[in-house]
Amino acid sequence: MDLRRLVYLVPLVAFIAIAGYFYLGLQRDSRKLPSVLIDQPVPSFALPPLFDDKPGLRTADLGGEVALVNVFASWCAPCRVEHPILIRLANNEKVPLYGINHKDRPEDAKRWLAELGDPYRRIGVDRDGRASIEWGVYGVPETFIIDRQGRIRYRHVGPIMPQDLDKVILPKLRELGR
Amino acid sequence: MTRWLAMFGLVLSLSGLGSALAVEPDEVLKDPRLEARARALSQDIRCLVCQNQSIDDSNASLARDLRVIVRERLVAGDSDERIMEFLVARYGDFVRLSPPMKPATYALWFGPAAILVAGAVAVGVFFSRRRRAPAAPEPLSADERRRLDALLDAQGDSRAKDGSA
Repeated sequence: MDLRRLVYLVPLVAFIAIAGYFYLGLQRDSRKLPSVLIDQPVPSFALPPLFDDKPGLRTADLGGEVALVNVFASWCAPCRVEHPILIRLANNEKVPLYGINHKDRPEDAKRWLAELGDPYRRIGVDRDGRASIEWGVYGVPETFIIDRQGRIRYRHVGPIMPQDLDKVILPKLRELGR
Repeated sequence: MTRWLAMFGLVLSLSGLGSALAVEPDEVLKDPRLEARARALSQDIRCLVCQNQSIDDSNASLARDLRVIVRERLVAGDSDERIMEFLVARYGDFVRLSPPMKPATYALWFGPAAILVAGAVAVGVFFSRRRRAPAAPEPLSADERRRLDALLDAQGDSRAKDGSA
């Protein structure tokens, strides 16, 4: 066979390569953005408390232990979906869980937690959403995994579903030495 | 022609109207020069909720918050680059509607031009070869010439026979 004829296969091979690349790209969920803050220290922020008997949340509260930071709001329907899983994480797995109450009315947030249970060790009230912007949050709920050094190691966008918990969150926590 | 121009004008005015609606009156800065900078900058910042709209076009609450932050920083005297850096540090390069020029994006910026040049070169080579190819056919060797003569002679004989019959 004439080797020079193989040159006519180049467009076909190029097409298959590009089509394959695009096909893989289509499998990704474009709404889930990677965080640029991965492996970065927790951003500097300080939020007032939601409850009088439970402290607010600031940068210095994070680090020293592997913990989760969950951004939630009472008006956010997917937050209600993931709430039982957060409770399970806090009660059964004893994971330190911190909350950022995003653009919510405090009375609504209190009523919501009274109804569904309060899994958070500390809750910071972010009424204007500025602290959430420091975290690169673009939708609620979002959940961050913080390591002992106080760095962000993982971000989960959207509600944590049971399969996310078993396949992603718990393995990640174990990997970080919890 | 005038119809096309009218159509173009209509589309332009409608798109202008659409983007003007997202920026609410209470956000607009008093200084018209700063406001113009804010508008220009906002048109290059992606709304991360709607993703294919700029924050200047989007009614999402995050887009509004980012518009307000852009304006606050402009009033505080930040340069356009500093404001972009602030946003990129939190949301990544994705927040910019025009991708930055850096090694990771060279393929994006130069890829189409490189493919065009490679295609032009390939087409050029193809045509220059085709033009040259039929120019000089190989002359027959002495042996080939003898075989050809023999064939032509044989044909000539048979024709002559057919004619006589």
